Amino acid sequence: MNIAIASGKGGTGKTTLSTNLASFIAETEKVVLVDLDVEEPNSALFLEAQLHFSQNQYKMIPKWNETDCLLCGKCQDVCNYHAVIKMLDTIMVFPELCHSCYACSELCPTQSLPMEAKKMGELKHFKTNSFDFIESRLLIGEEQAVPLIKQTLDYVEAHFESSDIKIYDSPPGTSCPVIEATKDADFVILISEPTPFGYNDLVLAIETMQALKQNFGIVINRFGLGNDDIEKYCEQHNIPILAKIPNKKSIAELYSKGELLFQKVPEVRTALEKIYQYLMAFKKEQAL
Amino acid sequence: MKEIVVISGKGGTGKTSITASLAVLAGQDVVVADCDVDAADMHILLQPKNSQSEDFYSGELALIDQESCTQCGACYDVCRFQAINVLDGVHKVDELSCEGCGYCARVCPVEAISNIPLNVGKWHIATTRFNQPFVHAKLGIGADNSGKLVAQVKNKAKEVAEENQKAYVLVDGSPGVGCPVVSSLSGAHFVLLVTEPTVSGMHDLKRVYQLVKKFHIKAGCIINKADLNKEITQEIISYLAQEEVVHLASLPYDESFTAAMTNCEAIVEREGKIKEILEDTWIKIKQIVN
Repeated sequence: MNIAIASGKGGTGKTTLSTNLASFIAETEKVVLVDLDVEEPNSALFLEAQLHFSQNQYKMIPKWNETDCLLCGKCQDVCNYHAVIKMLDTIMVFPELCHSCYACSELCPTQSLPMEAKKMGELKHFKTNSFDFIESRLLIGEEQAVPLIKQTLDYVEAHFESSDIKIYDSPPGTSCPVIEATKDADFVILISEPTPFGYNDLVLAIETMQALKQNFGIVINRFGLGNDDIEKYCEQHNIPILAKIPNKKSIAELYSKGELLFQKVPEVRTALEKIYQYLMAFKKEQAL
Repeated sequence: MKEIVVISGKGGTGKTSITASLAVLAGQDVVVADCDVDAADMHILLQPKNSQSEDFYSGELALIDQESCTQCGACYDVCRFQAINVLDGVHKVDELSCEGCGYCARVCPVEAISNIPLNVGKWHIATTRFNQPFVHAKLGIGADNSGKLVAQVKNKAKEVAEENQKAYVLVDGSPGVGCPVVSSLSGAHFVLLVTEPTVSGMHDLKRVYQLVKKFHIKAGCIINKADLNKEITQEIISYLAQEEVVHLASLPYDESFTAAMTNCEAIVEREGKIKEILEDTWIKIKQIVN
């Protein structure tokens, strides 16, 4: 069962929920935590884990070989991203613009643009004392998160059973990296905070999930702060609220130090129990 | 005209609230640009009026004409994005996976595939309730090309600043280190980093600053909620000194910060310690960029 944790707005508690929920479920069941926020992966900061395996992740980029090149300019014509440019008697490749579609390489009449692997990030597979944890991080300067997210999902699919519970900590926002991280999940938990920013971005995230025809529910973090707009919206639109995590300075302090919350804050454990029960009922209902 | 970009690496550190406050303090000297295009919130505080909107097109999407398609599968064979689905022998484009590379259309033997321009969102130009020009945008749901929409918003803001002889463009950036952030940094004169003393805040600050260094842009930092964890605040201050990033200010952990946002106000509209610190910070930033 694949559970993605997303938010719209950044800093609303995705990583807090992901790491605590994974650790909580691991007390009784097999679970895998996957950090897909490859631009700023933070889950590892909250876990004590041993590195089990790591590998570089690559994307394929054309590399000009001038020997047989006719300088016909076909490569430039077929690249929709302006990543291949013909300049006088040179072909220039701009790797950060390339989407690895292979069109220039495969349509070149003289095979003068073979594809070559370029490092875009690293995948690490850790083991805590109760569960497996995978994170990928994008190299600084690489702009495209989607290919790395895709490869991370492939790694997880190849190494774990489909029946295992997998928790995916997703990137913030509503654009392409979030779509990649959530589109194949069985259930998406959207976590937000009851402030005007949290509400605005939650509605965007809800609309995104509806466009994806995803099953989703809401967790309200820092409950007690702000106003009750999120609750009203969820009631009106018949969207389930799975749990509420209270606004407490003591929680913010534990978080600041990189500590898990549920062993120390009873309200957090209660919230996790509710979320877990909801997910198990959903799993049963969907026969996953 | 000087362009000041506010970023944070980690989301939720107070970036938008602080940017809005600096905008209020800058008064008539500024054009405000919200470049966090996939979760834009600045409009909530600045409540723009007289908004004019324009659609933004960027990239393309493949479309298969079923009347002329022979279902030969050439498109399926070349697509690297698993964007051609075959259902009951019929080839169809999965719009969410298609990256608009156009390769399929080039190899289709019967020219059954066309590339349609993609509407990826809207951008708006308006006036804030403080009578400042304000450029912002909304990326379409799940849309690609957020970097290009960021560039559009920034370019428009710069154009307006030049036309109206404004001294500053103040840009609210996105979280992360990927394409929208890269796009917001290009051409900037000063980067304001907003962080918080948490293990995540510090980790993400270091990553995003590595990116800023590639652009050789002068940077300053505000540590929000500085008293939440004094040890990490000290670590951040040492890191800033070592990297020659100006430590502009430390703001206290204060519920009034969120209370102002809940009332759709900028924090500097309320009297208090935070207002004083930010007034002083804005003066420092002006001195550095000029």
